[in-house]
Amino acid sequence: MVSYSIVDTGDSRSFPEDHPFLAGAGAEGEVVAYIGFGAVSSWQEDPSRTAILVELTTETLGEATGESRGEEGSNTVGFARFRVGDGVPSDLVELVRQPHTDAAALEAARMVLEGAGLQVAECFDFAGRILDRLIRPYYNEALAKLDEGLATADDMDLTVKLGLGYPEGPIELLERTGLHHHHDVTQALFEVYGTKHYAPARRARVAKKRAERGLS
Amino acid sequence: MTTIQTVGVCGAGTMGAGIAIVAARAGYRTVLYDTNMKALERARGQTEAFLAKSVERGKLTQEQVDAAMAAYKTTDTLDGLAECDIVIEAVFENLSVKQELFAKLNAVCPEHTLFASNTSTLSITQIASGCGREDRVVGMHFCLPAQLMKLVEMSPGLNTSDTAFSAAWAFCEALGQKPVKTKDAPGFILNYFLVPFNNDVIRLIEAGVAEPADIDRSIKAGLGYKMGPCELLDLIGLDTQVLLCDAFYGVTHDPRCAAPPLLHRMVAAGHLGRKSGRGFFSYDTDKMYGA
Repeated sequence: MVSYSIVDTGDSRSFPEDHPFLAGAGAEGEVVAYIGFGAVSSWQEDPSRTAILVELTTETLGEATGESRGEEGSNTVGFARFRVGDGVPSDLVELVRQPHTDAAALEAARMVLEGAGLQVAECFDFAGRILDRLIRPYYNEALAKLDEGLATADDMDLTVKLGLGYPEGPIELLERTGLHHHHDVTQALFEVYGTKHYAPARRARVAKKRAERGLS
Repeated sequence: MTTIQTVGVCGAGTMGAGIAIVAARAGYRTVLYDTNMKALERARGQTEAFLAKSVERGKLTQEQVDAAMAAYKTTDTLDGLAECDIVIEAVFENLSVKQELFAKLNAVCPEHTLFASNTSTLSITQIASGCGREDRVVGMHFCLPAQLMKLVEMSPGLNTSDTAFSAAWAFCEALGQKPVKTKDAPGFILNYFLVPFNNDVIRLIEAGVAEPADIDRSIKAGLGYKMGPCELLDLIGLDTQVLLCDAFYGVTHDPRCAAPPLLHRMVAAGHLGRKSGRGFFSYDTDKMYGA
């Protein structure tokens, strides 16, 4: 067992409710986890720890640790429990490393997260990590094709469920989790990567405008 | 409205053989056409084996299977399709091959016969063009394996009549399949979303963002998909993904549809996926490493 403590920096997207990860923390530990919206700005260097975990949303780890000549890496790792909009967080945690991150830090972080019943996928420190980077263009395309009349929303959803075995279609998923949240995530990726596939689809822009006026 | 009693299927590959099973199982007189006698024999054997399993599983009775096999014929000449009320083609995915087939069938089949194409990437309107019965051609894209997958993407071409499309739709439902209507657009719904998504996955690996096993774990645990994209690509075959990319990029010019350089390198290296024993993962018979 790896002992860990938590620094609470505000509302956490990864852990909005009780979870074994929160319950398993102690007052002190080999590992410290910064969770909440202020995690990146609250991060402090601490070489005495085996690992420092920093919760990420649309930020990257380098914004906390700094970067240098492609040789960055320390005992600090980033993490985000994957979640779409208002949906319940999944059991998947993207564990973010840099080129020279300590192997011991990665191992300790993995043990702490897996010990709380989470699954870990490791990735390097790029905006959107693995999942947002892959699914946002797909969601934008689905919204665009709905506008173009490729098929009805129900038929599009049914097609990917029956044809690809997905548990949910793109349109129903975005409706359930909040289309305006999709806007925010894909807009952030669009600003980083500049490719049109991340540009928020028209329907997401509309949902965002309405959300800004307090409408659903 | 066309009353469909006899179904023709062109092409005795995996897809055609599967579609013929679907038709025979639903009680239609079924004629499977291919120029290759060996492929026809193999398809018949697969059909017998599949239907026997269906009896074991209690999905069909022996009487139903006997009746289905009695009504299941194979032929190596197009004239053998002369009695068909609908012919579904599942031949090589090439526009001129399909156009030529429908033009020849037009001379063989009665006026009322509907032509359906199982294309996954080509335009129904283009396939129908010049065949002589453009108003009676529809898209019917089955999923692999057809005998297990319910979904059929159905598309009318620009010249398809409402009557023909409705008749094909009703036939699809009578097969026990689940049709969804899509426009005659590249890749319809399924491949339109899947092919560029899989390319994005390959680009993520190429860019060193994550390893295939981590990407697959993310997709399965994060989104609840049954299969990760790298496993799926290995199953589809990386050479097939190149063909899909070329077909899509050619009509859409969407950079996401262009085959990523890593995909070309893997194909050149002989890393084709499961069929060559190595793709994103290595395979020793059916055992998977790296996952």
